[in-house]
Amino acid sequence: MTVLSYDNSFDGFLTLVFESYRLKILPDAIVGTGNNQAFLFSEQLFIDAEEEKADRVWRKIIEKTSKDNADRIYRVFMSEVPDAPMMIFEFIRLMNQKQYNIETDYTLPPVMAINRLHRKVAREADRIRMFTRFQKTAENSYFASFSPQYNVLPLIIHHFSDRFADQEWIIYDLKRNFGFYSDKKETVRISFSDLPVNPVNGQLYDSYHDPDEKQFQKLWRKYYDSITIEQRKNYKLHRQMLPKRFWRYLTEKNT
Amino acid sequence: MISEKIFEKLKILAESARYDVSCASSGTQRSNKPGSTGNASAWGICHSFTEDGRCISLMKVMLSNNCVYDCAYCINRRSNDHPRATFTPAEISDLTIGFYRRNYIEGLFLSSGVIRNPDYTTEQMITAVKDLRVRHRYNGYIHMKVIPGCGQELIMEAGKWADRLSVNMEIPTENNLRYLAPEKNYESILKPIRMITEKIQENKEDRRKFKKVEKFAPAGQSTQLIIGATGDNDRTILSLAGKLYTQRKLKRVYYSGFIPVNDYDKRLPVLNSPPLQREHRLYQADWLLRFYGFNVDEIVNDRYPDLDLSLDPKVTYAFRNPGLFPVDINKADYYMLLRVPGIGTRSADLIVTSRRHNHLNTEHLRKMGVVMKRAQYFITCRELGALKSIQELKPEFVKQLLLTGQKPSDAIQLPLFQLPDMINPVIR
Repeated sequence: MTVLSYDNSFDGFLTLVFESYRLKILPDAIVGTGNNQAFLFSEQLFIDAEEEKADRVWRKIIEKTSKDNADRIYRVFMSEVPDAPMMIFEFIRLMNQKQYNIETDYTLPPVMAINRLHRKVAREADRIRMFTRFQKTAENSYFASFSPQYNVLPLIIHHFSDRFADQEWIIYDLKRNFGFYSDKKETVRISFSDLPVNPVNGQLYDSYHDPDEKQFQKLWRKYYDSITIEQRKNYKLHRQMLPKRFWRYLTEKNT
Repeated sequence: MISEKIFEKLKILAESARYDVSCASSGTQRSNKPGSTGNASAWGICHSFTEDGRCISLMKVMLSNNCVYDCAYCINRRSNDHPRATFTPAEISDLTIGFYRRNYIEGLFLSSGVIRNPDYTTEQMITAVKDLRVRHRYNGYIHMKVIPGCGQELIMEAGKWADRLSVNMEIPTENNLRYLAPEKNYESILKPIRMITEKIQENKEDRRKFKKVEKFAPAGQSTQLIIGATGDNDRTILSLAGKLYTQRKLKRVYYSGFIPVNDYDKRLPVLNSPPLQREHRLYQADWLLRFYGFNVDEIVNDRYPDLDLSLDPKVTYAFRNPGLFPVDINKADYYMLLRVPGIGTRSADLIVTSRRHNHLNTEHLRKMGVVMKRAQYFITCRELGALKSIQELKPEFVKQLLLTGQKPSDAIQLPLFQLPDMINPVIR
């Protein structure tokens, strides 16, 4: 059994694809570093990321399919689902075999698989756009944190950069321990070792809050409770639209 | 410090606004402008969901729930003994910006009861919206109600600041409106709808010709109809909706199942619960009109003036027109695919793009999201012959299968399993 491994980065993965062609190795599994316990006894080859090789694979995907499809593949990679790298590898193999652009041929299993996982990632990204809740800080900036299922924050951060262009903010992924900071001019990636945040609900500790913040949260809860129509209550639909895993970070679901 | 009064007002004026079902924030794509807050996304974004499962996208409030009218179906009617409140324009804009900056909402939905007269009310609403745009430099989404009877120049002004305008029809026919809301008249509702349509059209043409023309209501207009407060049938409702879509170019017609808020009023029907199933079927029919290329007559007509509550309108259509089925998945055109029960716009798209490369089989269809449980009787493809189709099995039989999930003959066979005398001793 042949196992190829890489450094968990997208460039690392694309380099791995390049090297597998160059060395004529067809991997049975592809694993990121840190995820290889399952293959203790298999032969394992680690591939170092090289930007130039990664670029060539990236350009090839665009050339054989489209930029949209290449972006889709990147988003599927960001799902961090263990199967995703192999799924993409299969896609690239098929893409090279066929004479036509396979991205719309959903009869091919890897195309359908990528499409389905992509929908899940896109859905999670949508939900982050929906369910991010900022808290105003004592320094007149805004802070939000949560734990998305997939690594979608980098995929949608431009949405927040555009929308909240005139406020200073941080949005933080507690699960992956990184986030983005915007100073109204540019948005940069950041990481903290000592966030003053309650990990249970993503709330900053009280002393960091703007004096009115708690009141605003209360106002929002008041609004949320007032807008429901008693005669129409439908908890099943409610939980389907607003999955429970988001509740602990949602202002309106916490008292 | 936020005063207790604001809490109280927000409660009263959100409770008063909640019967307006429109909450869409779609229709405008607008990037942030330097120095401002906010943008608008063409597809709209929900930010939360109420316990009744409805999306919360906009902060939906009334400027005031005082009203000079006494409409039978409305919670805010003059004769109700009911807590009343009025926001100042600045209170509305401050609340909106506070919620928006925390990403609680996608924007503002502003409605109002009629204070003094329609013009005065509209002026107050415009002041609030303008304050939000100018003082807070807010660039996000705004939906504003137009109060029937207000001056034309006020509608023009409102369209400059708001993304979407709407005039609620509420009651679908003139006679019933006169009966339930004697102080309103049908024409005063239709007039602003017509005017907004014309102005939007004109604005589009002007913008094509000249660069520097301001947008007028770029997200278009919508309206709402109350379902079940009057005897109007689905045909009346959907014909009206169809006309509003084709002639008045409305973006959305909302259907609001009547909730008996004034059960003392003898002009209103007595309902145990709001007609939610009927409302659901109307939305399905509405979807067929807007995205599936159906005409109103194909869904409801003289013979069938009401929607079937037990089956969705597309399935009903298929049963009334069995001659059109089964459809060959590998050949049928896009609009015919859309008429197959169990195939939606997404799966129809996938089918059309995929079959250019390969023949499709049922496994492919299932993966594409086709609901085979329904679709199987209405399609043929590579290995699925016409054996199970509606033609062989007969419409009545298929209908039974879809309604109960079992073959009609099962009902007759059932007694076979009801022989407890023979079976029970063995189990004991």
